[in-house]
Amino acid sequence: MATEPILEEAPILEEAAGQCVNAHGGAIGMPQLCPEWIPNQVFWLLVTLVVMFLILSRIALPRIGAVLAERKGTITNDLAAAEELKQKAQAAEKAYNDALAMARTEASKIVAAAKADIQKDLDAATARADVEISAKTAESEKKIAEIRAGALEAVDAVAKDTAEALVAHLGGKVDPAAVSAAVSARLKG
Amino acid sequence: MEGELALLGKYIGAGLATIGLGGAGIGVGHIAGNFLAGALRNPSAAPSQMANLFVGIAFAEALGIFSFLVALLLMFAV
Amino acid sequence: MATGTEEHAAEGGLAIHPMDQFIVKPLFGDGPVHWYTPTNVTLWMGIAVVVLLGIFVLATRHRGIIPSRLQSVAELFYGFIYNMVEDVTGHEGAKFFPYIMTLFMFIFLANMLGLLPMSFTVTSHIAVTAVLALMVFLTVTLVGFYRKGLGFLSMFWVSSAPLVLRPVLAVIEVISYFVRPLSHSIRLGGNLMAGHAVIKVFAGFAGAMGIASVVPIIAIAGIYGLELLVAAVQAYVFTILTCVYLRDAVGEAHH
Repeated sequence: MATEPILEEAPILEEAAGQCVNAHGGAIGMPQLCPEWIPNQVFWLLVTLVVMFLILSRIALPRIGAVLAERKGTITNDLAAAEELKQKAQAAEKAYNDALAMARTEASKIVAAAKADIQKDLDAATARADVEISAKTAESEKKIAEIRAGALEAVDAVAKDTAEALVAHLGGKVDPAAVSAAVSARLKG
Repeated sequence: MEGELALLGKYIGAGLATIGLGGAGIGVGHIAGNFLAGALRNPSAAPSQMANLFVGIAFAEALGIFSFLVALLLMFAV
Repeated sequence: MATGTEEHAAEGGLAIHPMDQFIVKPLFGDGPVHWYTPTNVTLWMGIAVVVLLGIFVLATRHRGIIPSRLQSVAELFYGFIYNMVEDVTGHEGAKFFPYIMTLFMFIFLANMLGLLPMSFTVTSHIAVTAVLALMVFLTVTLVGFYRKGLGFLSMFWVSSAPLVLRPVLAVIEVISYFVRPLSHSIRLGGNLMAGHAVIKVFAGFAGAMGIASVVPIIAIAGIYGLELLVAAVQAYVFTILTCVYLRDAVGEAHH
């Protein structure tokens, strides 16, 4: 119904003005519903879509897909390499720790051995010193005993001599055996 | 006179048809509000449901678009 | 109707022509618009192709393992759409990835370029979006029958519903199946058209209000931000709905 008056007016307007545009270049009704322009829009839309589809499907999407896959691969590889390096580092650390522990054990063993040696030497020396000391003590005691015995004999002899001399001086007859026995008896008493 | 009466009817009809868009607005608001309520209860599940949110809004909106279409047809095509 | 608009335009006064931005004009001269005539549709679709070439071919030409800025933008689009296709349609649907990527990039670039001042928004035309939606509809139908044969029809027969309800539901399902391309196309075209028309209406206010035009200009800035969001979201919605429809054709039955 609305289209009828437009069609009637169209010849009156300028040539340029079509079915949907008035003489001032303004829109008549809704430009979206203008049948005159639809073939043009559809044609250029199809051309554009085909061009876009070809650009995307032939060039752009495979390229971006390849780049993304490559990046993913690179990241995976890098992560794997990093993991490997990490394991290597851990192994090295373990080896270092092992070596350290071994060295510690060795050192403590050496220290213990040295301590034992020193102890042994010390013990030996102490024992030797003890033996020497006891030997010396025994010798000294023997000497003291000898000296004592000597002194007692000397006392005995001196007493006998003195007793003989006393007896002789008092004018008695000296019987050495009797004197000696008497002195011995007295000394023991 | 008769043509003007028809014009009047067209405009009134177009205006009435746009009321339908209000229904679409209610529907879209309902979906968005319920989505938000659900998302606040369980925020971790919300991003995975964004697609469903948009699809739901689109379906609700489609029915409003029909009334919009009717209004446009009344205004310009009838 | 037509005469009313003309009279209004001639009056001057509050000259708001929110629909003029959607007019298809020949690029050269003033001749009639034949199907092959290079028009502003051609121009802006061509610009979209050039931008696509810039992002996806020129920026990725080094194939850098460490991407440049534009290359990472291209990779972002690639990953976003690829994940969407694979999540929604499953592994089988990944074959349709270039097709869906084409749809998304075309709609996204056309929406974004349409937001430039003085530009022409090709996706605001129902003719354009209807072709896109019909392509999706035909693809889904043909692929569904090709892959599943008559078993494709079983998606209309909701086996999880009570037996009594099934015929009724089948009718509803069939209707909603055939309404899909309509809602699919009008959602995109309508959103874009409405947003651009609103901006234009506010711009018309700004022209007539003198010093007080600060208010509509601030409003335009706000709406412009919203339109940026709408441009991206509508491209996303169109694409994800395509994936959802494709799932019916390639995926296992989910009813």
